[in-house]
Amino acid sequence: MDIKVLGTGCANCKNTLALIDQVARDKGVAVALTKVEDIKDIMAYGVMSTPAVVINGKVVHAGGVPSREKIAQWLMV
Amino acid sequence: MAFLAVAIIAWLALYNLLNPAAEALVATLPIDRNSHLGGALQFFFYDTPKVLMLLTGVVFVMGMINSYFTPERTRALLAGRSEGAANVMAATLGIVTPFCSCSAVPLFIGFVQAGVPLGVTFSFLISAPMVNEVALTLLFGLFGWKVALLYLGLGLSVAIVAGWTIGRLKMEAHLEDWVRDMPKMSAGFDAGQVTLADRVEAGFAAVRQIVGKVWPYILAGIAIGAVIHGYVPQDFMASFMGREAWWSVPLAVLLGVPMYTNAAGIIPIVQALLVKGAALGTVLAFMMSVIALSLPEMIILRKVLKVRLIATFAAVVACGILLVGFVFNAVL
Repeated sequence: MDIKVLGTGCANCKNTLALIDQVARDKGVAVALTKVEDIKDIMAYGVMSTPAVVINGKVVHAGGVPSREKIAQWLMV
Repeated sequence: MAFLAVAIIAWLALYNLLNPAAEALVATLPIDRNSHLGGALQFFFYDTPKVLMLLTGVVFVMGMINSYFTPERTRALLAGRSEGAANVMAATLGIVTPFCSCSAVPLFIGFVQAGVPLGVTFSFLISAPMVNEVALTLLFGLFGWKVALLYLGLGLSVAIVAGWTIGRLKMEAHLEDWVRDMPKMSAGFDAGQVTLADRVEAGFAAVRQIVGKVWPYILAGIAIGAVIHGYVPQDFMASFMGREAWWSVPLAVLLGVPMYTNAAGIIPIVQALLVKGAALGTVLAFMMSVIALSLPEMIILRKVLKVRLIATFAAVVACGILLVGFVFNAVL
């Protein structure tokens, strides 16, 4: 599963990345987690609020740290 | 629903208990209530829980309201409108649209890309951080509703007029080239199904995120405020932040620029200054400047704006704030 966290480097973006990493570990799901910090690349996804989460090329979340339950749902698919 | 009603009643009951509780707490300490320390402690023990409770309540409600106004929907509302009325709308939407300063750049580009005029985008960008529920709640809690309303009205006016002025200046050429060259896109949005339970959940999430983040600032602010309350002599501030000193307003605005804190940290301090004789206009100008004109935000915006446009933005907003300060000091 390819997961990207979009964000310009604020605290919430770092928290999002850490949280996804943690949930993936707990669930034993193998993920390729990357952080997209370049603003041009972020805008290419069409999101306006960060942090945003992209899974396999699809934006699933934008604006704010996602909840643990939400992340678990994404990983289950 | 039932849960919400119970929560509201519990909240009100607790809120009314605060002042007697603070008095009782200070009375148990071996300190004279009328001494400097006693006054400072009473202020600290009463105002801290009061402000935190108000904030929790308001942030919860705003969290629910915010779930109706995502940035995507706001953009769809503003796209394609002509200036003037759209500036007013953008500034007003700035109050209810959730906004974090780290989102300023993507938001800015997203707006411009969807055809929201530059001046309207600025109206939103000025209003969103400056006129928000945290600032208004603190003003209400510490100064009363009149000052809170004045701040709301003036903050909106600065955002509307400054955005409109920037629009008139036709600065589109001063966007960074890559922003101008980005493909235009439509501003449609797709809201999905949001239930009341989701909105309540959004309210709790907002409390966790916002109150969780600002409480140390409020605590520190009130602690400093309490010291000023207890120890700084009455009318001490009047000499250099008072109404007679005309230069105090520009000085307050200048001082505010390099300061980087949010409304939460600055308002308790400002309140204490006010009690000690600082003029309201000067104090409001200082607050607006700290929140709306921050150096770190300008550095972030530099990624999308050329220096001239940033300078224009800062100058126009500074003029607006100066005007607010002077008018207030003259009228009140």
